[in-house]
Amino acid sequence: MGNTNPIAKILKNSALLLYALFALFPLFWMLLISFKHDREMFNTIFVFNPTLENYRVLFSTGEYIGYFMNNVFVSVGAVLLSLAVGVPAAYALARFDFRGKEDLAFTFLSFRFAPEMLVILPLFLIYQKIGLYDTAFGLIWVFQLISLPFIIWILRGYFEDISPEIEHAARVDGYSWWRVFLKINMPLIKPGMVAAALLSFIFVWNNFTFTLLLAGQGVVTTTVASLKYISSDTVHYGQMAAAVTIAALPEVLLALLIQKHLVRGLSMGAVKG
Amino acid sequence: MSSIGRPDPSVPFADLANASPNRNMDKIPPIPFMRKARPYLILAPALLLTIGILIPFFISIYYSLTNYSFKYKDYSFVGLENWTKMLTDPSFWHSVWVTLQYAFFSTGTEMLLGIGVALMLNQDTRLAKALRIVLIFPLMIAPVIATLIWQLMTNNSVGVIAHALRSIGINNFLWGAAPKTAMFSVVLIDVWVNTPFVIVLVLAGLRSLPKAPFESAMVDGGSAWFTFKTLTLPMIKPLLLIALLFRVMISLQEFSIIFALTRGGPGDTLMSLPLTAYNEAFTYKELGAALPYMLILWVFIYILSYYLIRYWSRAQKNASGS
Repeated sequence: MGNTNPIAKILKNSALLLYALFALFPLFWMLLISFKHDREMFNTIFVFNPTLENYRVLFSTGEYIGYFMNNVFVSVGAVLLSLAVGVPAAYALARFDFRGKEDLAFTFLSFRFAPEMLVILPLFLIYQKIGLYDTAFGLIWVFQLISLPFIIWILRGYFEDISPEIEHAARVDGYSWWRVFLKINMPLIKPGMVAAALLSFIFVWNNFTFTLLLAGQGVVTTTVASLKYISSDTVHYGQMAAAVTIAALPEVLLALLIQKHLVRGLSMGAVKG
Repeated sequence: MSSIGRPDPSVPFADLANASPNRNMDKIPPIPFMRKARPYLILAPALLLTIGILIPFFISIYYSLTNYSFKYKDYSFVGLENWTKMLTDPSFWHSVWVTLQYAFFSTGTEMLLGIGVALMLNQDTRLAKALRIVLIFPLMIAPVIATLIWQLMTNNSVGVIAHALRSIGINNFLWGAAPKTAMFSVVLIDVWVNTPFVIVLVLAGLRSLPKAPFESAMVDGGSAWFTFKTLTLPMIKPLLLIALLFRVMISLQEFSIIFALTRGGPGDTLMSLPLTAYNEAFTYKELGAALPYMLILWVFIYILSYYLIRYWSRAQKNASGS
């Protein structure tokens, strides 16, 4: 907006920098002390001898790698399952008109707002009865409540953007419905699909409550494992920072990949930014 | 062909299915039943998957009427006992108050801060362009990891913020450990994580605004605040409502930040509804007593979201209609 007053401009930019400091300094500082030796933790602030010791210790036992791989496995599994059932569902909600369509669509959306604890309490009981407690599949299943609404609602918007005329034309040319879906629709929604998949991956990866309460020692993920570092008696701050850095890194990198789709993704298709 | 009926304009290909047979089409047009069932069939896997998760949800209503406990094998039907016990318990009303306070302060701060930062980011300077990309990083961090980061920053022996506070003479700021500052601490972490969400949405709205009305407002010499109030705000209202909807719904049920920082403490300072339900179920092992806390929160969230969504769709119609 055309604000020409130079003092206002300086004030504006300093306020912006102040917020940037608030938002980014914690991440920078975390990265910084993850390279700091425990010896120097208490008597230095910014100037110290950088070391990879924390990362070495973290990876030496293989324990943390295990948590990390668990996280990768359940997150990838949850997103793939959501894609498999969610892409067709999104297509149906975008293209067909049928009774109860909006109600169904809102049912899927409402999962995003269902209190996690309310889902967990009865599931805790049922998972133990049917043997899904503390299993990767149990987690992948319950994570559908997070990833499926994202996939369905974001992709529904992308399917709606494709003109039905294109599909009609292909059908007239003799392609079967299934081939039209695969050869015409899929390439067109691919960017949106990748973005929706990555975004839901981030939110599944970040989940703490489901993993904490529906998994025990069998499937520990990095978010739950990080709690250990708080409650343990001997506090290795450097290792804690290294663990945090590694848990946060994939998400920050993925976020950079989906810049263009972020608005649409975060608002679940409500805003076509 | 007449048995197929009129082409249904709402169903793609319906007209094609009824087209003359010399067109190069599937030989047999789909029968009406299949055409009607097709969307449901395509949706079925997604529905089955989520119904499997939702059945427990309905079972939980039943269990809330029993004295089910993880300690014993047997349980019996106790009617509304859990509910009346909860509603007459003063700690329940304390939980409601904590939950509302948390949602109000975190959402309120995030909305105001998010709008402000978005307005500042909406200029074509190099600084604004660079920050647009990196300022979303906190949003991608798991709330529990964010809590850990802030715990390290405020840690009395190694924390950089604790250092800074000491250097200006503040030694007794206890963050999550003191009842007075506990709410501030958890809200601060929530604000750190989620303000970028509001920024991203509002910024998208600001960047899609038409230029013309703002240029004429500038020619007319309207103040910046006047322009914002009469032009910008009404135009981005639908977006603000979406941001508000998401933030309110999710902050009302926030569990991980409070759990990771204080487990609801000190004392019962931060015992929100999800924390209380967690305590009842996993500390006292009383599932039947825990469920009403979450069911009542869910009803509240459901009603609130219903009205917010209705208000949003009306605002969207107004914004695009005028």
